[in-house]
Amino acid sequence: MSEVIVITSGKGGVGKTTTTANIGTGLAQLGKKVVLIDTDIGLRNLDVVMGLENRIVYNLVDVVEGNCRAKQAMIKDKKYPDLYLLPSAQTRDKTSVTPEQMKTLVDELREDFDYIILDCPAGIEQGFKNAIAGADRALIVTTPEVAAIRDADRIIGLLQAEEVKRIDLIINRIRLDMVKRGDMLSVDDVLDILAINLIGVVPYDEAIVVSTNEGEPLVGSSSKSGQAYVNICRRVTGEDVPMMKLEDEGFFRKLVNLITRGY
Amino acid sequence: MGFFDVFFKKKNSSNTAKERLKFVLVSDRANCSPETMEMIKNDIIEVISKYMEIDVAGLDIQITQTESEGGNGIVPAIYANIPIKELKAGR
Repeated sequence: MSEVIVITSGKGGVGKTTTTANIGTGLAQLGKKVVLIDTDIGLRNLDVVMGLENRIVYNLVDVVEGNCRAKQAMIKDKKYPDLYLLPSAQTRDKTSVTPEQMKTLVDELREDFDYIILDCPAGIEQGFKNAIAGADRALIVTTPEVAAIRDADRIIGLLQAEEVKRIDLIINRIRLDMVKRGDMLSVDDVLDILAINLIGVVPYDEAIVVSTNEGEPLVGSSSKSGQAYVNICRRVTGEDVPMMKLEDEGFFRKLVNLITRGY
Repeated sequence: MGFFDVFFKKKNSSNTAKERLKFVLVSDRANCSPETMEMIKNDIIEVISKYMEIDVAGLDIQITQTESEGGNGIVPAIYANIPIKELKAGR
């Protein structure tokens, strides 16, 4: 049983591509056969985040137009032999591909892969429609900021209208220190507003910047975000993984909890 | 509310963000733009003005959320506050 997952957000710059790279790599670490498709035609960047930019020969538009077969365009990952990337075209635009063509391609790939993961472009135009056309489920990436949450809400509405069966939320770049000060929306605040299922929380982590600099997804590493991505991947496969505590509770906090909540 | 919250409860920027988001999402979800609201407002003024003189400057109309009477939870509702200046004579 293969699953087609679109990773989307509405707003740009919230971490869709980084999330795609890490979830794809994380699923491959769990022994799954995975293909990542960059559907952002004209603004290709999943290849650089994966560190595979020097290996591109053909791209998504070449496959759709029949210039090559899907297998010729897919690039094998450096570390995981069951992880592939189908890169986007850099010199074309969104109208080069239609939703019907995307759906056909994705359905064809179901035969060979457990997970087909689509990195969706920002916005709600043609590129978004292409990316969601063949998707069974969606992971919405948002940050705890008003603009990102507003766009996420709009995207959720559009996905529901398109009858995407399952929609889960990833809250990205949360900063516990700011939440504690009352200067950042908490996980509960975001869930209260968006009212959809939470599949994971990724803390703000400098290690992410380092990992994208190097083109090496950090899922599975000992960093907080590396662990958060592992948990998300396990939840994607259907495993019941409890939400990670983002911060170790100090002695004083434990004492306070004991007094105020009785445990 | 916890014991310590009594002391630390204050208006902070995340509360402001949450309130602003709740408002903006109600009108987003109802697919009701400010232009549409303006048209609704003008139509209401036109209809009510047939029967009574209203204070157009004091008129306030907005989309808000309210508890459904039918038990459907929170639903969007149009809230209109229309001050009447004078009931028209002869009615």
